[in-house]
Amino acid sequence: MSNLSLITKGIIKENPTFVLMLGMCPTLGTTTSAMNGLGMGLATMVVLVLSNMAISSVASFIPAKVRIPCYIVIIAAFVTIVQFVMQAYVPALYETLGLFIPLIVVNCIVLGRAEAFASKNSVIRSAFDGLGIGLGFACSLTVLGFVRELFGGLSVFGHKLADADGMLAFVLAPGAFIVLGYLMVLFNKAKTKIS
Amino acid sequence: MKKLLVSPSPHIHGKDNTRNLMRDVIIALLPSLAVSIYFFGFSALRLTLIGVAACVAVEYLIEKYMLRTKVTIGDYSAAVTGILLAMNLPPNAPWWIMVIGSIVAIGIAKMTFGGLGQNLFNPALVGRVFLLVSFPVIMTDWTMPDSWFGSAIDASSGATPLGIVKEALSKGETLQQIFAEHDFSYTQMLFARVGSVGEISALALLIGLVYLLVRKVIAPHIPIAILGTVAVFSGILWGVDSTRYTDPLFNLLTGGVLLGSIFMATDYVTSPMSHKGMVIYGIGIGIITVLIRQFGSYPEGISFAILIMNATVPLINMYVKPKRFGRK
Repeated sequence: MSNLSLITKGIIKENPTFVLMLGMCPTLGTTTSAMNGLGMGLATMVVLVLSNMAISSVASFIPAKVRIPCYIVIIAAFVTIVQFVMQAYVPALYETLGLFIPLIVVNCIVLGRAEAFASKNSVIRSAFDGLGIGLGFACSLTVLGFVRELFGGLSVFGHKLADADGMLAFVLAPGAFIVLGYLMVLFNKAKTKIS
Repeated sequence: MKKLLVSPSPHIHGKDNTRNLMRDVIIALLPSLAVSIYFFGFSALRLTLIGVAACVAVEYLIEKYMLRTKVTIGDYSAAVTGILLAMNLPPNAPWWIMVIGSIVAIGIAKMTFGGLGQNLFNPALVGRVFLLVSFPVIMTDWTMPDSWFGSAIDASSGATPLGIVKEALSKGETLQQIFAEHDFSYTQMLFARVGSVGEISALALLIGLVYLLVRKVIAPHIPIAILGTVAVFSGILWGVDSTRYTDPLFNLLTGGVLLGSIFMATDYVTSPMSHKGMVIYGIGIGIITVLIRQFGSYPEGISFAILIMNATVPLINMYVKPKRFGRK
């Protein structure tokens, strides 16, 4: 599998949100607007790429029995870096995402890629895998946030389209589930049509 | 001689079908509709007609152009959903809110799950709760519009009795003070009071219940279980502290308890199949309703209660099965 197909695989065939259905907690919790979804997706992507590279380079030294705690420590280190960077440069986004940024540590996508891919592949390939899956996650979250923001607040990336209130339910938790369900239907329908 | 026909049982078919049953439900809803048209005038009628048209249209469009299956609008179930949704809205709700509610009710709550018979939640209630959560201001605007026939109700206040009580209690007033300030006449509640299109007259709803029971469209278990539980549970709370908790009769006559227990909770698709299951389901709805009313942040909780218990129906059906004939 070429490096490029590792990236497209992460976005379409193994899309973490719509196909693997991993990382549902930030998916449902942070996508109240397209900007929040994009921010969360990019933060996760950075952590994924860095942790995948680090884990694949040290995987052979880690004893099999304690590998999960070791992975968590490595991931937590990168999440802390991302958290501080966000706090310094995008304080507004940092405030809105709040607890969900440190929670990237326990995001099952990150740990899942470490266990299933990075520990068995080279550093370069792990980086591309992290990039692909991370992009897939970021795209899905942005689309989800976009739809919820459009219906819930009648705005696109923070720009009001009309001077009226949207359907509040889309911004609240039930809206996340409804939109996620329908996007999943559309995504899988499009995917089977293509292949 | 004619050839002997061999066919598997059943050999005798009843005349019941979805269409006839739904027609009976519509007839049972007519008294309430008549009362609300009498008091709210054109707006109630318009809202109901828009609801029916929108629900039927959404079902037709989805079946014809999206699913490309048989069109089932002829069974009247979409029309019933439309009427019920209209009955759950404030009478002066704008038309587009009704259309959004219909799309949610039929599109999301019914057709997504596979159409009539497969939906887990009552479509009209899903539509109503979606609207309540989405447009809280419009959905709780209970101001009485001018009737065609002049103002028939003395007090055309802007809140339902439940809303008034909830707000005043949160300000620290006792029930006795609230009842002294506002003249809540129980006889008036029986005929008409402030509320959504369908819930204003307890008497008209009870006439509908009697019709449904006489025609054997619904079994009495669910309404009786709900109303009984609401009465007993709120009665216990009332007995504990009558300055804080409203009395059972007030709880039965206000809000959507009657409308919900007669027309919403008894929906065949989303209620349990066995009589014992129906009682469990009804008790659950009653308890959750009173809990939301007395301790929750919303003044009324019957629609949430029914939706919550809808979710438990598959479980109830699995564990509460009627005894098979001949088995111990």
